[in-house]
Amino acid sequence: MSTTSPVVELRDGAVAIAGRPILRHVDLTVRPGEFLTLLGPNGSGKSTLVRALTGLRPLTLGSLSLFGTPIAEFRDHHRLGFVPQRASAASGVPASVAEVVASGRLTRRRLLRPAGRADRAAVTSALELVGLADRARDSVATLSGGQQQRVLIARALAGEPELFFLDEPTAGVDLPNQRALAEALGTLSSTGSTIVLVTHELGPLAPLVDRTVVLRDGRIVYDGAPLQLDDAHGHHHPDPRRTDHHPGVVAPLDRTGEDADW
Amino acid sequence: MIDLLGYPFMQRALIAAFVTGLAAPVIGTYLVQRRLALLGDGLGHVAVTGVALGLLTGFAPTWTAVVVAVLGAIAIEVIRERGSTSGDLALALLFYGGLAGGVMITGLAGQSAAKLQQYLFGSITAISVTDVWFTIGLAALILLLGVGLLPQLFTVAQDQDFAKVAGLDVRAYNLLVAVLAAVTVTIAMRTVGLLLVSALMIVPVAASQQLARSFRATLGGAVVVGAGAGVGGLLLAGWISVRHDASVAPGPTIVLLALACFVATWPVGAWLRHRDRLRQPFPAGAVAPLEATDHDDHDHGPACGHLAVPHDDHVDYVHDGHRHARHGEHYDEH
Repeated sequence: MSTTSPVVELRDGAVAIAGRPILRHVDLTVRPGEFLTLLGPNGSGKSTLVRALTGLRPLTLGSLSLFGTPIAEFRDHHRLGFVPQRASAASGVPASVAEVVASGRLTRRRLLRPAGRADRAAVTSALELVGLADRARDSVATLSGGQQQRVLIARALAGEPELFFLDEPTAGVDLPNQRALAEALGTLSSTGSTIVLVTHELGPLAPLVDRTVVLRDGRIVYDGAPLQLDDAHGHHHPDPRRTDHHPGVVAPLDRTGEDADW
Repeated sequence: MIDLLGYPFMQRALIAAFVTGLAAPVIGTYLVQRRLALLGDGLGHVAVTGVALGLLTGFAPTWTAVVVAVLGAIAIEVIRERGSTSGDLALALLFYGGLAGGVMITGLAGQSAAKLQQYLFGSITAISVTDVWFTIGLAALILLLGVGLLPQLFTVAQDQDFAKVAGLDVRAYNLLVAVLAAVTVTIAMRTVGLLLVSALMIVPVAASQQLARSFRATLGGAVVVGAGAGVGGLLLAGWISVRHDASVAPGPTIVLLALACFVATWPVGAWLRHRDRLRQPFPAGAVAPLEATDHDDHDHGPACGHLAVPHDDHVDYVHDGHRHARHGEHYDEH
């Protein structure tokens, strides 16, 4: 494989769920090292597109290749890192942060073999990259929502993949955690990883993006340079009253001392 | 008491209770992780039909119970995967179908209710040498697969989408857990009975997860509680029966002992969780800092009257409901 051949190549992709078309005529090519963000309103098919690209959702039409291999024959799972859209990393039984992250290492481990030194080192460095190395032995349930998202990213990192799919990792995450996330993704991107990010709001991630794809009603309506969506907040001293991305949607009673100037 | 241990039937019962107590919580941990704590119960009810089929046809009821419970486990997994019926509704269907079928077939077979009762509430003291070997073999299988495949089973139960993208055969692992749960049900059937099977799988997990922070610790603790309750409950039941000349069934005693472990660990767990929450009262890292416009009157210091809170390498001052930390020309919100 030459270095310039695309890591993701989707041609005329279509996805239907229960007979209802969700994606239509989607052509998407992602080249190595790109930081691509998928934007679009709710229901525009962003998540479905990512699920199709990871192979979770079968295509009803079209063809998809990852690293030059058709998806049906793709077996190099360790080259993929996936951060699914979920609110929490916890489940019915306590699990330590290190255990959750270690499960991302399974793509490189063989059945019925204990974890080796390389596996443990990968877990440690993944946790260091997201800034949670000191919480490795804690139960994930005791972490905040934003920290749990960072755990999920560390889990994807642990397999040392080349291509990352992240589905709304910043949803419901507070600003400090978004910054920590942006820092980790920035490090990843600078080491040559390819990143495909689904998001509603870029926030501190905005400076990292080199290409934006906008979906509407299951079609790509824009594919090109990053859009200037909003004023670049994330600076050291943003307007403290305006950290919400939807200015009209705040609880009026929270801010009784302020003038509502929207 | 020592006399009691001398009886061969008691020795066999102790071995069976010990290995069942070891194996059942292993699968129980995966069920609790997937929030399917009642699956074992559903499979127990299905196994009633299996036992009844054995009584009707003359095959060993243990084997017919294994077969029917495994079929039930596969059925429920398929129903869940298709998503046509929700998991708990599918469980309810199994519950009632299994129990009703079992009672009806036992009647057809002309067997007395007492025979079925042996399986419903356990008959560990009547266990034969063959049954002991059967129990040991299946328990070893459960331990081997449940512990050996821990990373895979943990990942699949934790996050199915992630596991699929990581290349794990999610359907195969889900089926494996369901089938192992069915096998567990049939070996625990002799110890605590089909109606209390699930307790031996679930209650030790509930007890140990109060104190554990990690999955491995939960599983290890559950195995200790399970095996301890198995042996302890059997001895306790024997002791009470001899001492008071009563007939206390070992099955319920084992389950009640496991429940007592939960009751003992729960307050400790609640306190530990409370302490963990207090440990990090504020998110790490600074929130958007405020300009120090309202601090013209004074600098925060030991005598300024604002509550001082030590925070890492500096001191924050509680000010109008915020925590202020000096940062150059202004105060950061901490």
